[in-house]
Amino acid sequence: MNKIILIIKREYLTRVRKKSFMVMTILGPLLMAAIMIVPIYMATRGNELKTVAVIDQTGIFFGKFRDTDNIKFHYLSSDIGSAKSNFVKSGDYALLFIPKTEVSIPSNAVLYAESNVAINVKSYIRNVMTKQVEDMKLEAKLRDLQTDKKNPINVEDILRSVKTNVDVNTIKITDGGKEEKSYTEISMVLGMFAGILIYFFIFMFGSQVMRGVIEEKTNRIIEVIISSVKPFELMMGKIVGVGMVGLTQFLLWVVLTFGIVTVVTSTFAGKAADKHTAGQAMMQNVAKYNPDNLPLPDSTASAKGKDEGVNVVIEALGSVNFPVMIGAFLFFFLFGYLMYAALFAAIGGAVDSESDTQQFMLPITVPLILSMVMAQFFIQDPSGQVAFWFSVFPLTSPVAMMIRIPFGVPYWQVALSMAMLILAFLGTTWMAAKIYRTGILMYGKKVNYRELWKWLRY
Amino acid sequence: MELFSAVNISKQFSGHKALDKVNISIPEGSIFGLLGPNGAGKTTFIRIINQIIAPDEGQLFLNGRELKPNDIYNIGYLPEERGLYKKMSVGEQAMYLAQLKGLSKQEAHKRLMYWFGKFEMKSWWNKKVEELSKGMQQKVQFLVTIIHEPKLLIFDEPFSGFDPINASMLKDEIIAQKEKGATVIFSTHNMASVEELCDHIALINNAKVVLDGPVRDIKKTYRTNSFEISYKDFQGSLESVLPPAFQIIREWNDHDLRMAGIKIPAASNPNQLINALLPNVMLHSFSEIIPSMNDIFIRVVTEKNSETILQA
Repeated sequence: MNKIILIIKREYLTRVRKKSFMVMTILGPLLMAAIMIVPIYMATRGNELKTVAVIDQTGIFFGKFRDTDNIKFHYLSSDIGSAKSNFVKSGDYALLFIPKTEVSIPSNAVLYAESNVAINVKSYIRNVMTKQVEDMKLEAKLRDLQTDKKNPINVEDILRSVKTNVDVNTIKITDGGKEEKSYTEISMVLGMFAGILIYFFIFMFGSQVMRGVIEEKTNRIIEVIISSVKPFELMMGKIVGVGMVGLTQFLLWVVLTFGIVTVVTSTFAGKAADKHTAGQAMMQNVAKYNPDNLPLPDSTASAKGKDEGVNVVIEALGSVNFPVMIGAFLFFFLFGYLMYAALFAAIGGAVDSESDTQQFMLPITVPLILSMVMAQFFIQDPSGQVAFWFSVFPLTSPVAMMIRIPFGVPYWQVALSMAMLILAFLGTTWMAAKIYRTGILMYGKKVNYRELWKWLRY
Repeated sequence: MELFSAVNISKQFSGHKALDKVNISIPEGSIFGLLGPNGAGKTTFIRIINQIIAPDEGQLFLNGRELKPNDIYNIGYLPEERGLYKKMSVGEQAMYLAQLKGLSKQEAHKRLMYWFGKFEMKSWWNKKVEELSKGMQQKVQFLVTIIHEPKLLIFDEPFSGFDPINASMLKDEIIAQKEKGATVIFSTHNMASVEELCDHIALINNAKVVLDGPVRDIKKTYRTNSFEISYKDFQGSLESVLPPAFQIIREWNDHDLRMAGIKIPAASNPNQLINALLPNVMLHSFSEIIPSMNDIFIRVVTEKNSETILQA
């Protein structure tokens, strides 16, 4: 055990001290921050006027959508069918439809548009609706309390019962009147991001494991070391050590990216936001802790348009179930890496030089690449057959499952996928250990699949 | 007293027999030569001793008890295929390898400091391995092989890559290790160094031990009753003065001396040869031709190989 720690330490330190590690650690966050900041910047800059037509069957929101600097609302009285067919000709940016519901308080709306709806428009609409619905609930609650004076007022209870999540679905309308669902949701962004990250880390650090094994073979140090430790210990030490390098890099990236984004957006927000923002925040706080203070003046909502970009991200992130997301990410990241790293180690052990790895790389890169290629299908239909099978098959599940998770996956599927992945990890490690053990002592021998099969049975 | 013994060791690799019921015992404090042509099974045997691979059959004993995983701390192994991490510094690497052999950090550092001082290598400590010459790297490798002061040292072709000065330094160090009480297994093709260093040998050919024992005894067995003489002041034919069954192997001149190799019948003795020569020639030297390990090696291996061919 002591020796495996020595090995992990060596593998970790030699890599972390490399210049390339430093460079990647600095470049990564810059790149990621740019990816996150540019859309926000664009969102705050996008100030061309957009008109949104509103069909409100409930009648609750009449007059509640106030025009902002770049969003104008006008109300239609026509029915939704004709509005949709006239939409393209009308020149409106989007058509908001709030259907009548059985329950007295509506909680969803549909936003039709020709292209993807700008995230600030959508979130503005959602904010206004949420606020309106919450106000109505609060009012009803307070009325109840007035008539029923016996019960003590429980602030927490009231706040909880008032909290509302309004769904605004966006649907693309094309010229022919055809509709398709569009996906500007944060869940898609997060899912893709997590999937890409796992894909990238498995490739990057898996091949580092492979190169490390090949290096030990070409250096001829391997025999010196395995006369002191078991081949399995050396292999696992290397896999774990490199994995920890990956985790370190990942954590540094998260911290640095967060730092950069915070610094940059706070300067942006400082410039873009006017006094209203501060006032609004204060009002919200007041509303939170003082239920007697009835509905906030609507005027504060109009201030939102400006620093929408920043708010959108913060608000959207707030809607994500982070414990589940992070837990799942760490699990699929770690076990996906461990499973693939074992395969990479086996390849490294079987060959003499990196140029010989091609034929063995293929079967393990294909599932990974395929799961990336199929990503858009998973997003279109996160609970479909294709997405299900890809997220259960261990070689594709780390990427596929991470893409699906933000959309919500039944627990039994997650559990099945995790169990399969753990089994696959044990299986590949067992297999890799056998190939590795034999392969590292073979020099100058061209190895093929038949040979590997033989090694498995030694 | 035996330090190490192998009993009936067999190992097979996908249809090919690498070792076939090998029995070897190595006396404590000896330098034991493990000889054999390429592919005979030496490296497989050494890897089995190091527990890198497991034998299919047979048992191994160290110090009278069966070999255990922990015994790797009692063994130092310098493989034929050896190297170091090129990008790592010499000191760090030596520390790593020494700790893998079970030394504590402090102990490893203390001992490495001693050895680096002794071999005048202290200035290398912070250098990267790739900056060292091949000979220097070999020194580092040798050093980490003996750093944990194992009872059993195994050197596989230790002299390859060494220049004569470093080779003789290494030889002295191997002898010094033996004098400190270590037992050495020494695998090589270099028969001159076997002759110089080894007390015992085992010759492996085609997965089998074909010859083993103390070097002195083996040489005795392979004596051919041949003698080399040098003489002067005789113009006639040497053959005419020798008894009938005596045979001249070859004759030549060495400066002003006349030389000859003579094989005498097994029933006779060297004195009969001298008696025959003395009245006729001015004898300058007389010595038995002792077969070199090289000759014995070639003879045994070719004999065994032709046997196998005949059997087949």
